[in-house]
Order: sequence, then C-alpha cells, then structure tokens
Amino acid sequence: MRLTLTGNQANAWGVKLSRVQVVAAYPITPQTTIVEELAEFAANGQLDTQYIKVESEHSAMAACIAAENTGVRTYTASSSHGIALMHEMLHWAVGARLPIVMGAVNRAIGPPWNIWADHTDTISQRDTGWMQFYVESNQEVLDTIIQAYKVAESRDVLLPAMAIEDAFILSHTVERVEIPDQELVDEFLPPYNPPDYLNVDDPKGFGSLVMPDWYMEFRYIIARAQEAARKRIREVTKEYAEIFGRDYHGLVEEYRTEDADVVMVGAGTMVSTARDVIDKLRSEGHKIGLLKIRVFRPFPYEEFQDIAKRVDVIGVMDRSFTFGYGGAMFSEVKGAIYNTDARPKIKNYLIGIGGRDVTPKMLEDTFRNALRVKDHGLDREMMWVDLKGGE
Amino acid sequence: MSVVQANMHPLDNYLRTERLPHVWCSGCGIGTVLGAYLRAMKNIGMDPEKTIMVSGIGCTGRAAGYVKMDSFHTTHGRPIPFAVGIKAARPDLNVTVFSGDGDLFAIGGNHIIHAARRNADITVITINNFIYGMTGGQLAPTTPETGITTTSPYGNVESPFNLAGLVAVSGASYVARWTSLHVRRLEKSIEKALKKRGFSFVEVLSPCPTAYGRRNRMRDPVDMLKYFQEHAVVKHHINPLEGVIEPDKDFIVGEFLDAEEEPTFEDKLWEMTKKEFLYTSQAERTAWILEHRRHLETLSKIISGRGER
Ligand SMILES: Cc1ncc(C[n+]2csc(CCOP(=O)(O)OP(=O)(O)O)c2C)c(N)n1
Ligand code: SF4
Ligand SMILES: [Mg+2]
Repeated sequence: MRLTLTGNQANAWGVKLSRVQVVAAYPITPQTTIVEELAEFAANGQLDTQYIKVESEHSAMAACIAAENTGVRTYTASSSHGIALMHEMLHWAVGARLPIVMGAVNRAIGPPWNIWADHTDTISQRDTGWMQFYVESNQEVLDTIIQAYKVAESRDVLLPAMAIEDAFILSHTVERVEIPDQELVDEFLPPYNPPDYLNVDDPKGFGSLVMPDWYMEFRYIIARAQEAARKRIREVTKEYAEIFGRDYHGLVEEYRTEDADVVMVGAGTMVSTARDVIDKLRSEGHKIGLLKIRVFRPFPYEEFQDIAKRVDVIGVMDRSFTFGYGGAMFSEVKGAIYNTDARPKIKNYLIGIGGRDVTPKMLEDTFRNALRVKDHGLDREMMWVDLKGGE
Repeated sequence: MSVVQANMHPLDNYLRTERLPHVWCSGCGIGTVLGAYLRAMKNIGMDPEKTIMVSGIGCTGRAAGYVKMDSFHTTHGRPIPFAVGIKAARPDLNVTVFSGDGDLFAIGGNHIIHAARRNADITVITINNFIYGMTGGQLAPTTPETGITTTSPYGNVESPFNLAGLVAVSGASYVARWTSLHVRRLEKSIEKALKKRGFSFVEVLSPCPTAYGRRNRMRDPVDMLKYFQEHAVVKHHINPLEGVIEPDKDFIVGEFLDAEEEPTFEDKLWEMTKKEFLYTSQAERTAWILEHRRHLETLSKIISGRGER
C-alpha cells in the first residue's frame, strides 16, 4: 500500500506498525501532528495503545520509562525545548536500559525563539546514551521507527533510540510512502520480550543506589551496549532491506565516493539536496562525493577511518554549533581519525542553523570551498556558511 | 498646549504599536483581557516604566511582546519562577505574569502553587480557554469532561482543574474568576489584584474559537460568549471547591478570595536577612544597588572612552 503522508504521519504509521502499547506525549511544534495522528489511531481502534496526555515532556518520558519497565513497548515524540526538558529522564531511560523509541523533530532552541530545523536539540543529548538516527525522507522516517525498535530491543543492546527528522522540511511536507505489510512487520519485529520487568511474582526494586565500587561497571556495560548496537544496526538494516526492499546501508551511506578526493559529510534533509549538487560538480569533472551520517550515536568511527584513507579533504556540515569549539559532527569525525595514519584535511561548515534554507547554491559554494582546500590547503578550520555581515 | 492625535487609541501609550497587528484570531478573547489589564493599570496609575510583564509560551504568552513595558517571553511553563526571581532582586518593581492555562497549570503547574504558598508579591492573570491554543488544540488540564480536542478526538476522560479554587487553597492573597464577557468587572478585579500586596490571581475564561470552539459546538466566537452569559453565576467568597466547571452546567465567577494583607515572601526574605546589613529598608537596598550600578556604568564608559582615544 502507498499513501501520501507528511513526515509526521509517516512517523505515526511507523509507530502503529510497531504495535506500540503505551504512548505518552505533550504537544510541541513541529512534533505535535505525530501524536495527534496517534491519538486518532488510538481513539478509532486502529492501534491498541494507551495514550496518556501528560502535562509536560518530562512527565512524558517518565511515564514511558515506567510503562516500559512493566514490559510493554512505548513511544513518545518531541522537539526542541521539549527534548531539553526531558534531559534528566533521557539519562534515566539509558541507565534503566529501556528500549524506548522517540520521534524527535529537530527544531532550534531559544532564546531567541525559533521553531525551524536545527540539530541542536538532539545533538545536545548525545551524551545521554540514546541512539540517534538522522533521516532524510518520509519513507525513511517510517522505516527507521520500525528498525529502531528492533535494534533497541535486542538483548545485547537494550538502549533507547531517537528517530530524527528535520522540522517542516519533512515533518509537514508530503511524500509518497510505501506502507509495509503488517504481517511482515510483525515477523520482523516480534512483541517486546524484555529480560527483566515489573513482575509481582518476582519482586524487585527499580532505581537502587550503587556505591562507587560498582557504578563505573554499570557505565561500562552501557558503553558495551552502544558497541553492540553498532553491529546490530548494520545487521538490522540489512535484514530490513532483504524483507522490505529498502536499504539504508547501516550507519552511513556513501554517494559517489569512489575515486573521490573530497567528501562532504552531513545529516538529515540537507543530504538529499547535496546529492544533486555532487552530481553537478561530478559532471564538471570534480572528484567529489558525499557521506550521509545516518546514525550519529553510536558514532560510525570505523566508517570514517575507512573513508579517511581514501580522500584528501573531508568537509563536515553541522546544522548546529557546540559552543566553545566546533560542530559536534566535525569534532567526532576529526577525533575518529586522529589515531590512524590517514591525514585528510578536515573543515567544518556551519550551515542551515535555525532553519535557514540549505539551498543547492549554498551547498555548491560550500563544496567548491572544500575543493579549494584540496588545491590550496586548509585556510581555516571552521566556516559559517551564508553568515550575514561575514565572520 | 498639548496636541491630541485623533488616530490615537487610549491604550497606545501602553502598547508597542509598531508590533501590531497582533497574531490573535478574530473572536479570540485574549485581546479583550489584555485591554482590561492595561486599563486597570492606567486607572490606578501604575507606572508602566516600573512594571514588568512576564509571559510563558502560548497564544496568551504573546502578550508580553505587545506591551510597552519591559517584558520577558520565557520558556513554556516557567513565567512564575522568572517573575519570582525578578521580584526578589527588584522588589520595587511591579511584576505581572500574563499567561495561558496550559502554561501555568500543565507544564508549569508546580510553580503556581508554590508561588501562592509563599505569597510572592506578583500578580498572575491567566487566560483559561480550555485548550492548548497555540499548538492547535490539544487536551489541556482545563478541558471539560467530554471536550473534543485533537488529542481526545472522541472525548475527554479526565477531570479539569478548578484553577481559581486551586490557587485560593494554595495560600494566595487575592483570587478571582471572570470571563471575557465580564469586561467591567474584570477590569475592577484586576485593579484590586494589582494593588494587593501578596500573591494575586485572576482567571479569565475566554473563547478560543479556532482551537476549541470549532470542535465543541461553539464554532462562532459569539457562541462561547453566549455560553458564558447563560451559565456564569456571579458569587463572591464562596468555598473555593464550589468553583468546579462542568459541561453545560452553571459555574461561578466572582471574587473567590480577598484576604487580609499579610507579609509577602519578599518582606519575609528581607526580615530574615536585614540584620546582616546596613540598610534600613528594602527600598534603601534597591536604591543602593542601582546607585552602585550607575557608578559602574559611568566607570566603564570612562574606560571605554579612553580606549577609543
Ligand atoms: C517545553 C515545551 N513544551 C512544549 C511547547 C509547545 N507549546 C507551546 S505553547 C503550548 C501550549 C499553550 O497552551 P496555553 O498555555 O493554554 O496557551 P494558549 O495558547 O491556549 O493561550 C505548547 C504545548 C514548548 N514551547 N515548550
Ligand atoms: S488559537 Fe485560540 S487562543 Fe490562539 S489566538 Fe486563535 S482563538 Fe486565540
Ligand atoms: Mg490555553
């Protein structure tokens, strides 16, 4: 079946197909239409779920955590200040090892107020331990929700995951979306079967204290789970491709990187535009390619170590800025490569922040700038693209 | 000789007219309530230069952007802690919170009962439009049972808060409820709230035809006003628990509480700390801080002036 859906509707369809049993959410633009769609599904019986209209995002995540602790599959969605308000509970979901999935619709953080696409809200949660999937189309939104549950619920992972879409560019824009067969999804994603849950026949306490002699070991186990997730994401993406025919290539997707001297890196919707720009520059004979970061957590460091061996320049485009040094994706890419022998030049482009349109022209200028780095060396490490008044 | 401009609205001096027209829908009650608030200020001669408006996020929260006063458009749910912070630092200023029912009673619900409990000397005006208006009409903690919203498309199963009742039992000094139809009485009531030392709260039931009325058999803005006219019963100093609002039934508006003035939170803070310092009054402390800051500003001007040379 094919339907014409917004990114947010596709998100809700992913949740419906995943047979989520408890939804707890608080509205915030541009996320709201996801949970409105789910409210409709819940009310008209299309989805057998208990939908709690909580009084804040903090409460939403707390309710998901506790519901998930009873052994059911849960979901919430949020954006921007809502995600920021959840921060305490995001840590908790990880420490409690609960494979909750959240639809995160990227929106800038205030002040000044701004409701448009910007990755600061999710990037600033990178240290919580949530897996992060950045998507670029409405189809990918739907497919990623289903895959995220599968990865998250794997016994060696048991970590929560965010499926992340850009505000308005996806959330409120329609595309044709293929709806997978429910039976196939049921086979791919069996009911949530946690190793441990609230069970009155086997009493236990949740959220106990751990002394310094063991706390570190708990953190280490989570670190291992993130490593396991790296492998699981590759397997699950492959399995999904075999069953449903759509391949998202694991943690990163390369585009025309064969024989490339320069590779541009980005996440979210800007990569769709970037493909066209790459094609144009290729047709002029430039050896340039693209690497889409689909999964930012766990970070695809092996993929970057591999590409670093093959290219002279890596241009990393961040749709957020981590104050004090550079974009988070830039720092991670650079860090991943440092202990290898590869020494490509790496330049950071800050772009599309606060919903500024990332136009083909803007990308073309940026990519040409990266090509110049190849010929003339690195002029400076960071560049704010399209900045009024200049730097 | 003073020149009166013919095209001047009586409240123009209280509004950032360059920010108009406002974003509110036609038939929305927020403008009516903001008008009543500004007239109340004017009537009692409250100085806009010495008044701060603090709003959260929501359609109601947009008010802070339109008034010609220093104002804060804060995060969703937090105007009350912002206001308490301002008042603690500058007790000489008048601080008003103007925000929505969702902002003050859902995501920020904790703060209002605590500010009332402490008797913080701020005035809180809330627009109860039974809905989260700005985000397009989701279930709020004020939505009546049976209310249809985008997140309760087949009806609400939760009981709403009785806002005025809740604040009255939390320790406030002045509490009233009106509707946007009771403009005159609302204005008088806001005057009292502004003059009251201590925590004062005015709830105003107000139509949101766009996000609430439309889905609840009150498509026309006038329908909601008719509902107010038919069902609002004016009664004062009731048992706050009688203030519940139930679908299709009469509900009480009026002055819920007008308590004897007691020391405010800021007074008590001052009482507790003054013995440590040399000031003889709170006003003297503020004056000293301001004077000190002026010196610093002059000093930094002199320094930067030197830099230019
Ligand atoms: C932390 C956070 N969560 C959610 C939102 C989205 N949001 C903006 S306004 C609003 C509800 C407003 O309702 P109310 O306070 O009743 O004001 P009204 O628009 O009805 O006047 C919500 C949920 C936000 N801005 N920040
Ligand atoms: S949505 Fe409702 S509350 Fe908001 S401006 Fe329109 S009528 Fe007023
Ligand atoms: Mg409201």
